[in-house]
Amino acid sequence: MSYKTLLFMPGNNPGMLQSSDILGADGIIIDLEDAVAITEKDAARILVCEYLNTFDTTQSDIFVRVNPLDTPFFYDDLDAIKTLNITGVVLPKASVESMEALDKYLTENNLDFKVIGLVETALGLEMAMDILSRSKKVIGVLLGAEDLTLDLGAKRTKESEEIAYARSRIIAVSKALQIEAIDTPWTDTDDYEGLKIDTLNAKDLGMTGKALISPRHVDIVNSIFAPSEQEVNHALRVVEGVKAANEKGLGAFSLDGKMVDAPIIKRALNLLKMSGDYKEEYDGLLK
Amino acid sequence: MHATKIIKMAKAGSVESNDILIMMSPGEGSIDMEVESVVFNQYGDDIKKIILDTLNEEGVTDAKVIVKDKGALDFTIKARVKACVRRGSEQDEL
Amino acid sequence: MDYLNNIDLDSIKIIDKSEYPTKKAKEDKVTNDIDNLFKELNIHDGAVISFHHHLRNGDYVTNLIMKQVQKLGIKNVTLVASSLFPTNKELIPLLKDGTIKNIVTSYISGELGEAISHGELQGYIVMQSHGGRGRSILNGEIEIDVAFIASPSSDNKGNISGVNGTNSCGTLGYAIADSMMAKKVVAVTDSLVEYPNSPADITEDYVDHILVVDSIGLKSGIVSGTTMITKDPIGLKIAKDTLKVMAASGLLKDGFSFQSGAGGISLAATSFLRDYMIENNLKGSFASGGITGYLTDMLEEGLFDSLFDVQCFDLKAIESLKRNSNHLRMSASQYGNPEVSTVVDNLDIVILGATEIDTNFNVNVMTGSHGMLMGGSGGHQDTAAGSKLSIIVSKLFSSRIPLIKDKVDVITTPGSTVDVLVTERGICVNPLRQDLIELFKAAKLNVVDINELKDYSEKIMGVAKPIEKTDRVIGLSEYRDGRIIDYIYEVK
Repeated sequence: MSYKTLLFMPGNNPGMLQSSDILGADGIIIDLEDAVAITEKDAARILVCEYLNTFDTTQSDIFVRVNPLDTPFFYDDLDAIKTLNITGVVLPKASVESMEALDKYLTENNLDFKVIGLVETALGLEMAMDILSRSKKVIGVLLGAEDLTLDLGAKRTKESEEIAYARSRIIAVSKALQIEAIDTPWTDTDDYEGLKIDTLNAKDLGMTGKALISPRHVDIVNSIFAPSEQEVNHALRVVEGVKAANEKGLGAFSLDGKMVDAPIIKRALNLLKMSGDYKEEYDGLLK
Repeated sequence: MHATKIIKMAKAGSVESNDILIMMSPGEGSIDMEVESVVFNQYGDDIKKIILDTLNEEGVTDAKVIVKDKGALDFTIKARVKACVRRGSEQDEL
Repeated sequence: MDYLNNIDLDSIKIIDKSEYPTKKAKEDKVTNDIDNLFKELNIHDGAVISFHHHLRNGDYVTNLIMKQVQKLGIKNVTLVASSLFPTNKELIPLLKDGTIKNIVTSYISGELGEAISHGELQGYIVMQSHGGRGRSILNGEIEIDVAFIASPSSDNKGNISGVNGTNSCGTLGYAIADSMMAKKVVAVTDSLVEYPNSPADITEDYVDHILVVDSIGLKSGIVSGTTMITKDPIGLKIAKDTLKVMAASGLLKDGFSFQSGAGGISLAATSFLRDYMIENNLKGSFASGGITGYLTDMLEEGLFDSLFDVQCFDLKAIESLKRNSNHLRMSASQYGNPEVSTVVDNLDIVILGATEIDTNFNVNVMTGSHGMLMGGSGGHQDTAAGSKLSIIVSKLFSSRIPLIKDKVDVITTPGSTVDVLVTERGICVNPLRQDLIELFKAAKLNVVDINELKDYSEKIMGVAKPIEKTDRVIGLSEYRDGRIIDYIYEVK
């Protein structure tokens, strides 16, 4: 599963939590960090636990963004969520130390949570490859452009030229590590046109999905990252072709007059993962 | 069952829609509860019960509880009561 | 004209020259003396007095006139007001002192409704649909003694126009039947204009008196209630799914007709429909009902050929009515009178709200979660019955107020006329519409059984305790054809 959309939900808002599963996002990030006031960290933790223990959330993938390692809340957050049936943890201000600390905690507690590293500091960006390699549980990297530009002393603009380098670097690291590259949220909740342009830019650079702070952005971003029907059909033909060729013991085959080689198969499989048409039987096709 | 003593005034939650505000202070020997709710006619008894059950789970038997409910679901009521109990039973750090 | 059948023509009397008519001016209709006017009207105890609600919460006329009635000591009046709003709380003392005995209306909100629910009306309240009101007045079931018509403008002969004047409110569709059938018709205006006032919604031949007052109300009060597109993501999801329902029904094709209420979710659905029409190069025939600026924009963009307007919901609609010749006025009878040919019978799709719905799709839009009167059918019954597809949109969870129940407090609209319910957690189709179930399933819509959705909702919210009512019936929920569909009980 590849996350086209990961929607942030404030951890201390019962009204939003109780509806989070129907907003159409591929994944939900319940936020214990920035969306929760310092004085409400305790209450938010309890609320999130009660919510996840009550509602059947197996339909959607739930991540929890904990507070950073350098706050007094990091381990309290992890202790609170360790018994929950969630998909994973989003680690803010990812650094070598915090990634190792998180990995150690998860391993010691026998938790098979997935990890998404949030890169949002200059050091984190330059060290991304190293940081994200520190845990086998990392499935994705999320770019946090607001904090990053603050750290860089850059002006945050809608055109986002100031984060072009960061985006490309994150994408390169993600491809090298074979993890997902998730773009920074679009913060102007009412500017849908801007959101479309920004999302297309990110996708063209190689981002595989986008984090969101407004439920009203879900459909637009989903549709931009969703492969077209034509693309899905082509990918399915590629995969079926590979299966047939394997059965016949053929090493290579052609489709529509073009040789189907490993990169084409890989692209087809990635596309099917994104469209939700991927099946387990495809696992061994790329050798 | 552990016993928890409310030793100071505390509150948790809010009066936003779908939330509930719980206020607690040391009691006079038992649970004394005042509930105000936008859905009191339909769910007043349910709300009181979930609060009492949660207090019981938390080992609180002596507290004055004032509640302003804005249509919170049970999971929220439980969470806010627990948060309030923890806040009200903690010693202040000096 | 008995002589047409009278063979004996000799018995017919020819007018004598001495009896020939003289030319004389008719009596002046205009007055600003309310006391004098009331002397002339000679309203008796038990009279039936009517009003329209186009100024909505901005109306001053109903309170002004009813207080005059009270001052004169007239008792046991039946108040036939097309709707009543929070501003009409000033009438509560008139219930207690017996000035007002019965009320007939299509919508009531605010403290007056609560007072009535607490049993303060000595007679009964009858809740009608807009079409039902037109029907009952035109067929004589309700005989109005005096109709007081809040008139944004009138000339000195009684040509009343809703688009001229300082307090222009647009169409006067709810007042048409009253003006035609009442024994006496009084135009109450604060803008006396030159003759002839045009375009006239009600013409001089129906008007007996013109009462000039300082102010008939506050135009800004028209925009009351919800007339903005929701920003709530849950509401938007429901609206999006509603568009999917419309598309899957097969009714969205060139020449289709459409109506939606002015609630936030309905308006959002209208806005999504607009995008869909532009994208698919689709052109509708008409949109109808209470008209908002969202619809007048669509008219001006050429997405609909015309609008049928029974009531302007905002100031933009009023402007459009004045400017656009294909923005048409309609009376409540033309809108939904079940005894004649009406616009609702030509309607493909209607989007409506609900306070409660039961598992047989019966809808309540009349009483709120406390069981008190806070709404009414308006055009709900009429459009549900007339349209090919009636869609109810509502949130399943809204601050723990249950939507789906075993039994609604008061049935406003019978489930036999309600086709689809769209909530954030699934789309329910009336089992009477197997055709739709198949279409929706083919379109991969999230179709769920309404009983299952009710069970789920009760699992999350618990089962609501029934609202406590006394045994005393305080009113009747009337179906549009005049039959009674439910009782309204006093709230404890």
